[in-house]
Amino acid sequence: MASHSHAQPVGGPLNKKFVTFMVIFLGIWAAVLVYRFIFGIGVVSGLTDYYPWGVWIAFDVVTGTALACGGYAVAILCYILNKGKYHPLVRPALLTSALGYSMAGLAIVIDVGRWWGVWRIPFGGFPDMGKYNWDSALLEVALCVMAYVGVLWIELGPAFLEKWEATSKNSALVGFAKAGLKFYDKALIWIIALGVLLPTMHQSSLGTLMMLAGQKLNGLWYTPWLPLLYLISCVGMGYAVVVWESSLSASLFKRSRETSMLISLSGVMVVILSLYLVLRLGDLVISGKVPLMFSGWLSIVFWAEIGLFAVPLLMLANKQRRSHFPVILKASILIMLAGAFYRFNTYITAYRPAEGQTYFPSFLEIFITFGVIALEVSMYYFIVKRYPILGGAAAEKSAA
Amino acid sequence: MGRRDEWLDLPADLTDDGVDRRDFVKVCMLAAAALGLPAATGVKWAEAAESGLKPSVIWLHFQECTGCTESLLRTSHPGLGTLILDMISLDYHETLFAAAGHQIEKCLHDAVEAGGYICVVEGAIPTKEDGIYCQIAGRTAIDILQDVGGKAAAVIAIGSCASWGGIPSADPNPTGAVGAQEILPDKTVINLPGCPSNPYNFLGVVLQFATMGTLPALDDEGRPLFAYGRTIHEHCPRRAHFDAGRFARQFGDEGHNLGYCLFAMGCKGPETYANCSTLHFNEVPDAWPIGIGAPCFGCTTKGVGFTKPLFQEAALPPNYVPPIHPSDQRGPITPGWAGVVGLATGAAVGGALMASKKLGEGETEGS
Amino acid sequence: MSMDRRTLLKGLAVAGAGAVAPVEASEKYAEAPEDAVGMLYDATRCIGCQACVTACKTANNLPGNRYNPPEDLSGDTKNIIRLYEDADESSYMKSQCMQCIDPGCANACMIGAFKKREYGIITWDPDRCIGCRYCQVACPYNIPKFQWDTGVPLIVKCELCNHIIHDPDTGTLREGALPGCCQACPKEAVIFGKYTDLIEDAKQRIAERPENYWGPDGEPKIFGLTDGGGTQVLYLADLNFEKLGLPTLGDEGTAKQAREIQHGIYRGFIAPVALYGVLGLVMWRNNRAAKKEEG
Repeated sequence: MASHSHAQPVGGPLNKKFVTFMVIFLGIWAAVLVYRFIFGIGVVSGLTDYYPWGVWIAFDVVTGTALACGGYAVAILCYILNKGKYHPLVRPALLTSALGYSMAGLAIVIDVGRWWGVWRIPFGGFPDMGKYNWDSALLEVALCVMAYVGVLWIELGPAFLEKWEATSKNSALVGFAKAGLKFYDKALIWIIALGVLLPTMHQSSLGTLMMLAGQKLNGLWYTPWLPLLYLISCVGMGYAVVVWESSLSASLFKRSRETSMLISLSGVMVVILSLYLVLRLGDLVISGKVPLMFSGWLSIVFWAEIGLFAVPLLMLANKQRRSHFPVILKASILIMLAGAFYRFNTYITAYRPAEGQTYFPSFLEIFITFGVIALEVSMYYFIVKRYPILGGAAAEKSAA
Repeated sequence: MGRRDEWLDLPADLTDDGVDRRDFVKVCMLAAAALGLPAATGVKWAEAAESGLKPSVIWLHFQECTGCTESLLRTSHPGLGTLILDMISLDYHETLFAAAGHQIEKCLHDAVEAGGYICVVEGAIPTKEDGIYCQIAGRTAIDILQDVGGKAAAVIAIGSCASWGGIPSADPNPTGAVGAQEILPDKTVINLPGCPSNPYNFLGVVLQFATMGTLPALDDEGRPLFAYGRTIHEHCPRRAHFDAGRFARQFGDEGHNLGYCLFAMGCKGPETYANCSTLHFNEVPDAWPIGIGAPCFGCTTKGVGFTKPLFQEAALPPNYVPPIHPSDQRGPITPGWAGVVGLATGAAVGGALMASKKLGEGETEGS
Repeated sequence: MSMDRRTLLKGLAVAGAGAVAPVEASEKYAEAPEDAVGMLYDATRCIGCQACVTACKTANNLPGNRYNPPEDLSGDTKNIIRLYEDADESSYMKSQCMQCIDPGCANACMIGAFKKREYGIITWDPDRCIGCRYCQVACPYNIPKFQWDTGVPLIVKCELCNHIIHDPDTGTLREGALPGCCQACPKEAVIFGKYTDLIEDAKQRIAERPENYWGPDGEPKIFGLTDGGGTQVLYLADLNFEKLGLPTLGDEGTAKQAREIQHGIYRGFIAPVALYGVLGLVMWRNNRAAKKEEG
């Protein structure tokens, strides 16, 4: 395994303005959460019995975890396909993933109505234990996500252990760190294997979830291929996030950006986008749903969605064009948007349970979502400052 | 002096020899109260009666059973005797007049000539074959009504038959029976449907006109709102049972004996406009159909009474039962807020696309 | 092709085999249980009196009254009567849980809070539910409702008055006990009974008066016999069920299809374990090759 011990903490003092803003913002956010937990979900959201799943599920959980699949995507490249050159991308991607999934977990606790019982899920109930409903795709999502969060933080373990080993004054902690790193040397493969297996399972199951909606989901989105479509789009989104995350971090923290790596990464995205479009459109044609593509306003939404996948594909297809880095960045945004739009549509827009019912998130609902994102950004900031996450030598300060 | 009614403190029988003025005023005031009119009205009636200015009333009978006249007999505030002897001048009434033949026709002719009378119509008017199915003194009911009713100061149709056709108009309506309004399209006919019509509704209208020269507010079917403005259901004493879901299912069953709601037995209360539930009949409390355990059959309301089967359930008023598709639970999407969110998202995406340019430019190779 | 890629592809083929191997359709919920009970609602007999709505509230200790009749099922309404009316025809319609034979809600519930229990009745266990509301997504009739305005919300749905009709000690039905709505209905528009008996009853009504009942292509239809895999609450009406708000479903429920996908992919956990093995193997070989290069 190629090492990536070039990773360094960014170091330096925390930006005062940023910290102040976050403390205030997250303080207000915490107050809103208290209000939600006391008075229920209705007062802080636009959710109804016809639209029980809204922005918190469609975005924070489903889209959020897909965006957090940077770690998954890079791990496949790096460890399975053995493209060692992508190694410097691994840790930052893993951190984004770990935080993204943890925030998705937080969003779940905010969203579910009887959140105090969530801990019973891994036990299959308590005290009446071991009763899992294996028919439920949601069980699989829940268990996988819970496990994956753990796996991600464990995968990040070396970053923390390296820091403690290098700088800790506590000899016990240093000893622990040394032992830990040794353990990782041997066992990391099997942990990473889990880290590739688990997202494969639950990202596809996030698609399977909407199978139960049946007729309530518009025919252009309802298909037995939902799991595979979700998996493919998630991988694409994962790469797109990696592109952005590494560019942003390089810029903000004055690191060198792995440009050539990211360019070749974009070549992979072309394959993924093609796979998605072929499967999506092919399935619709074969199941005779072509007339649906041209009737009703949902068909407009459908074509917009297809467009969002097709445009970045065209942008990146040409090798010449994709070596121009801004093109890759723009295409990545579109890919993230495409995947997010697809998920929003499956869970909300194309979900029509009853005549005359609509859903739109309320202000507080969106505010809470922003708070989750803000929390994630803050934690990312703190961790990269303190721990060896970001790679690349301390900047060859360019003209940028 | 005869007996005095203990409760009312009046002579028990007003037709006894002489009623003193105070008692007479009291009677009038009681009548006013019974009709929901101010007490002062009662005094006015007494004054009008004393001054001899009694309004003339011509009462026409057509296709009827005389039930409405009979029902008028069961009043005591004022009693019929007081009414026709002291308060109005009844100038033509086939049932109550001793006269017959040419004698009574002369009374009718003289009263019509004198003019300024109230024309009361009891019974439906047949229209088929030029109305030959009801003729009095050689004239058809149509002619009589158009003549007498046309020249009246006010026309009151008492009972469902005169109001809209009633029993004679029940399917197949072989005589083409219709209500008085159809024969007098250009006149305002006050309809007092019912089978029989509650006499106090009639008394209220007549005495209001007689005393103040005005007619009560009418609905779009010419029925006084004070009596026909609400359905039986709205004022039914068994309403609590309806709301709680307690229904009698058969005559004599437990629910019936306990006085439960009769809706399941075909009570037409919800679609029948009348005030039987508050006014009752025969001046005996609870002497009205539902009060004695018989479902209302909608005798006042055209399309219900004598039309819908007795035990077929009534139609409930509109908006009583919610529609299949409920309204949007959180209300429709407000365009303003949606616009804000849309714009913000667009701005974010646009901003990111623009930042791509800056971020992407001028950077070096990595390790 | 380098060695690791070949191994990877081989491994994927093995894992893939587990996924596309012939899937036997899960026959778990093909039929109602033998002792299943249910209800038969004959819309042609319903008079819209809503006695059942009040009775349901009383039987289930729910707030609300007839003066402000509920517009829809909700966190405190388990049963409701609604009216369909157009220029030509009208009918009342009772809505409550359909007690599906292959319920989407029970399929969805990951922790088994919604479960199809004795007599085929689907009940909710507050001690297990976490309030994720997947059951609301899964129900084709949009029946389970959630209490949005409290910090301690329940999921609310008709349970056939299980607490009234079912004796938890003996596990049998109480003699003569009826769900609140069936008890109250003055016209016996909704009746309770053994599922097979109700089917017979419905068929008899159709046989006696076929002109009273609607069906596609003129053949009177009992809604719930096969719809969505079948429901233990059956409906008869004299107009199109779609007008009454019932969805047009095929003979198979979505639960069955979802189960087929889930179990198809994860049967015996073969595929995940195989994939895990392959991934681990590939990485181990990569690692060994890298170490060889270094060393």
